[in-house]
Amino acid sequence: MALKILVTAKRVEDPESRIQVTPDGTGIVTDGVSYRLNPFDEVAIEEAVRLREKHGGEVVVASIGRENCGPEIRTALAMGADRAILVKHDSALDPVLVAAILSKIVELETPDLVLLGKQSIDDDQGQIGQYLAEILGVGQATCASRLGGLESEAEQKREPGLVLSADGRELSVLREVDGGFERLEVVLPGVVTSDLRLNKPRFVTLPGMMKAKKKPLRVMDASEFGLDLHPKVILKRYFEPKKRKAGIRVASVDELWTKLHGEEKVL
Amino acid sequence: MANILIVAEQQAGTLRKATLHALGAGRELAERLGGRLHVLVLGSGVDSVARELQAYADVLVADAPALEHHLAEAYAPVVADAAKLLGSNYVGAASSAFGRDLLPRVAARLTAAMASDVLAFGGDGATVTFCRPMWAGHVVAEVELATPVKVFTVRCTEFSQAPKRPAAGKLTAVEVRIDPAAMKTRFVERTEVKSSRPELSEARIVVSGGRGTRGNFEEIEALADELGAAVGASRAAADAGWVPNELKVGQTGKVVAPELYIAAGVSGAIQHLAGMRGSKVIVAINKDESAPIFHVADYGLVADLFQALPELRAKVKASRGGEPSEPKQEGRG
Repeated sequence: MALKILVTAKRVEDPESRIQVTPDGTGIVTDGVSYRLNPFDEVAIEEAVRLREKHGGEVVVASIGRENCGPEIRTALAMGADRAILVKHDSALDPVLVAAILSKIVELETPDLVLLGKQSIDDDQGQIGQYLAEILGVGQATCASRLGGLESEAEQKREPGLVLSADGRELSVLREVDGGFERLEVVLPGVVTSDLRLNKPRFVTLPGMMKAKKKPLRVMDASEFGLDLHPKVILKRYFEPKKRKAGIRVASVDELWTKLHGEEKVL
Repeated sequence: MANILIVAEQQAGTLRKATLHALGAGRELAERLGGRLHVLVLGSGVDSVARELQAYADVLVADAPALEHHLAEAYAPVVADAAKLLGSNYVGAASSAFGRDLLPRVAARLTAAMASDVLAFGGDGATVTFCRPMWAGHVVAEVELATPVKVFTVRCTEFSQAPKRPAAGKLTAVEVRIDPAAMKTRFVERTEVKSSRPELSEARIVVSGGRGTRGNFEEIEALADELGAAVGASRAAADAGWVPNELKVGQTGKVVAPELYIAAGVSGAIQHLAGMRGSKVIVAINKDESAPIFHVADYGLVADLFQALPELRAKVKASRGGEPSEPKQEGRG
């Protein structure tokens, strides 16, 4: 049963970069910051490609924002996505607007499955998949994971973690929940968001990158969809959380005990 | 006049403590805005949970077999309808797996903007802003939600539990009309990892292990048991399958703020720090003196955890007047 899968590729700050707030608190310092594909989206893209490798179909990757997210789109294509859509928008985005734009792409593309990262590591909001699912009136399974984790035999064999039913109409998803796991079946079309333990994304190869350059990229503009483009989550300011006061080194467990039992009285 | 609706979380008829922290946040908003606070509990056979919640607020209860499992697709319309019925302009829940799964659907249904994992409310008077973490907590963003209804989840470690009211709140049943045949999500099964240890997000002390344990959590667990503490883990340890994923502390795992956090063999990756930097006292034990964890630790000991932890355990045991026992041979999880 061939699957048409829509995935997202968000450009985010590399977590190894130092993130600092600008003096006026309206943004973060971009000097010296490097960028990468949102790790959760990377897992979603890997999952989509594996599903296509197993069941046939097509993987379409969508990115929303400035044209500088080209590298992230190319990474997705190099990993195996078939074609890309860039929706240009130069001003602020928020989950409401992104979900609305994605719903318009879904109208255009009618995918069987929308697969996104459960959160992006810049805003850590973790809302879009669920918001989109409700707009579309479809089922959702968030925080998709893999039975047996990343050391499992199935992962070694690079099997998809999401299991398609024999009739191709439902996806069985293992979710991470507080205290354990939950298995849900989602009728397609549906929305799934990925957690980090769903799969280990493949490395991008040079041949993959070369092929990526030839894959179709459709460029659209957010203004084409007739949506209200004003964000509803409005940033007032950024600030840095209070820093912890500097700690000390202790030379022995004895000294540690004195501190914890004698001074802090936490033990 | 504000109206605040908090969505309660229950599991198999037991109220989850996270709800009390969410109610604390709700109570704070209600007092600031001069509004009413309601709590909605959904599930099947949740009568006792509803009664327990009356101690904190007026209660709405949606009790139906179709709500037995926490399917966001089924819960969202019930929550949205209750919010509309009450005229709620603030709808919140704890930032638990349940809250994170459900509230964005509720927000979409109410055409509302949402702030996830709120640390504190800001702003003046009737204009409420939401302070929430970004970039793994390195930055706090203060945001306004420019929609008539504002949806949010709160980080439980940042809000105290709601106080009990002097008089019990009202209890109202809400009608539930769900057609199971029309649902597009189906519950198959749930596997909970049962532990006799305290829950990670509620424990006073957490002992965490990382890559340095090389998969052997015996000393971590033994110290935790001696202290009555919870066991936590870094992502490296969880991903390697050394411990169940529920023990993962970090940006994408649990966020904890215990009185004492002991990180043994944990290097201190940014994502891990995001989950524990709110702890009152942080102790780091690591063989590698350049491990980033030492930057955030109040007390750093450069040592082999396989030596240091048993030594520490012996001190704890001795201070209580006993001999330390050998680490228990525990199965994983």
